[in-house]
Amino acid sequence: MNARLRWRKFVSGFMLSVTGACAAVAVSVLFFILGYLVYHGGSSVNWAFFTKLPTPVGESGGGMANAIVGTAKLLSLAVLVGVPIGFFGAIYLAEFSGNGIIAFVVRYAADLLNGVPSIVIGIFAYTMLVLPFKHFSAIAGGFALGLMMVPITLRSAEDFLRAVPRALREGAMALGASKTRTIATVIVPAAYRGIMTAILLALARVAGETAPLLFTAFSNRFWSHGWNEPIASLPVMIFTYAIAPYDDWHRQAWAAGLVLLGLILIVNIFARAILSRGGTILR
Amino acid sequence: MHASVRQAVSVNINPTTVTAGRETAAPATMRMNVNKVNFFYGPKQTLFDITMGIGANKVTALIGPSGCGKSTLLRTFNRMHETVRGARLEGEILLDGKNILSQDVTQLRRRVGMVFQRPNPFPKSIFDNVAYGLRINGSKLPIADAVEKSLRHAALWDEVKDHLHKSAYELSGGQQQRLCIARALAVEPELLLLDEPCSALDPISTAKIEELLVQLKDLCTIAIVTHNMQQAARVSDYTAFLLMGQLVEFSPTPHMFTTPSDPRTEAYITGRFG
Repeated sequence: MNARLRWRKFVSGFMLSVTGACAAVAVSVLFFILGYLVYHGGSSVNWAFFTKLPTPVGESGGGMANAIVGTAKLLSLAVLVGVPIGFFGAIYLAEFSGNGIIAFVVRYAADLLNGVPSIVIGIFAYTMLVLPFKHFSAIAGGFALGLMMVPITLRSAEDFLRAVPRALREGAMALGASKTRTIATVIVPAAYRGIMTAILLALARVAGETAPLLFTAFSNRFWSHGWNEPIASLPVMIFTYAIAPYDDWHRQAWAAGLVLLGLILIVNIFARAILSRGGTILR
Repeated sequence: MHASVRQAVSVNINPTTVTAGRETAAPATMRMNVNKVNFFYGPKQTLFDITMGIGANKVTALIGPSGCGKSTLLRTFNRMHETVRGARLEGEILLDGKNILSQDVTQLRRRVGMVFQRPNPFPKSIFDNVAYGLRINGSKLPIADAVEKSLRHAALWDEVKDHLHKSAYELSGGQQQRLCIARALAVEPELLLLDEPCSALDPISTAKIEELLVQLKDLCTIAIVTHNMQQAARVSDYTAFLLMGQLVEFSPTPHMFTTPSDPRTEAYITGRFG
């Protein structure tokens, strides 16, 4: 009996260490990457990095102001494309489709779209918006990123809409609210924080995408005017600078990586904060 | 249990109610008439041939053991059953003589309000909760006045008048339930349905709501589902006893609780089952 107990304690302790170690590895990867970025790129993140254009090869200094603004512009376009489709699609799925065959197909298609390699999305946007106009553009890049946001927004917004208690729907309907009215005035406001979180997380997810931008937004060493020209973005700049043979560029690539990761972390933390404040509504 | 229930019942019946009940054994005005209602969830029949009436400005209680169909019956009164897939209703339900099944459902629900088992305030301010029904109905009345009136009717005004713009979730459970009653009253329904409104509340909040119901009779007609027999005895003028989807007995409350005509009713109210 005593031996049996000792054996159990041993197994328990062993499993605890194994699971704990795995959890520690999972967390430490993030800190390792962050530390590595700071180590290599921290010194290049300065005021000029945020305000200056890239300098020609051989000339030191300069920054990535155009790429930071470019990423912001691309992400705004992505929101314009991805959020309406994802949001209204989610409303259809959660409120109107029931559990029929259409809902199944839409959900399945969204999950598949989520798994489509991002470079394939890039090729698609290239065919749709670059080939016909014969030039790269911010619009094509934003469209590609927007497509990538659709499935993430759709599925998580659907989950948040479904999580709104049935009692709230019934409460509104019992007051004579039509279905549309109930959705607009009770269900969406109740799920609002969750949906915002979903959108921000989708945004953070596509902010670092490089592949869909390579042959849609392409890149630009100068300011891009309007929405119809090739445009620089942080991920593509990282890609270009990292494979270049110049040490100076490598440092700037690390710095860009650090800035990009920083931005994504901020968006993520912001999203979590919104969601946690909404806790009482989704109880 | 047996003896205590009997005692509670006899203590709580107000003798004047007994007289009133007897006088109106066949009440002259019915707000709602339920005629031969059969109800099905998919292939399963849950209500059998229910025929009864809801007397105007009276409180009618629906009692019975869990699963007897009392909530289902109540939910047909404002057609909330239609929100459930596969639900089917046969028979007719008349509100002021007109079949509710052939009316516009949103119009119907404005006239027949409902309060649910668990308080379900919207994630909005106290004020906006009460104003909700008025706003969606495009009410021409000054909303602030109507909100105050409803909150007073629900005996909640004094507790919330200084923080109307706080979230409804900051209220206690009992206050939330009274808020839901105020919300339902704001659109001035003719008939108010309550589906076990006190089952999630403590005894003090329950007492407040029971007191409220008796006062609300002047304002509207009330139908209440309760699993609590003493509650039915305390607040209602008429009681319907359901068992396995059948209406076993429907009579004035004092009559039901003192001299039930069906042996099954007697068995239930004396606590022999359920």
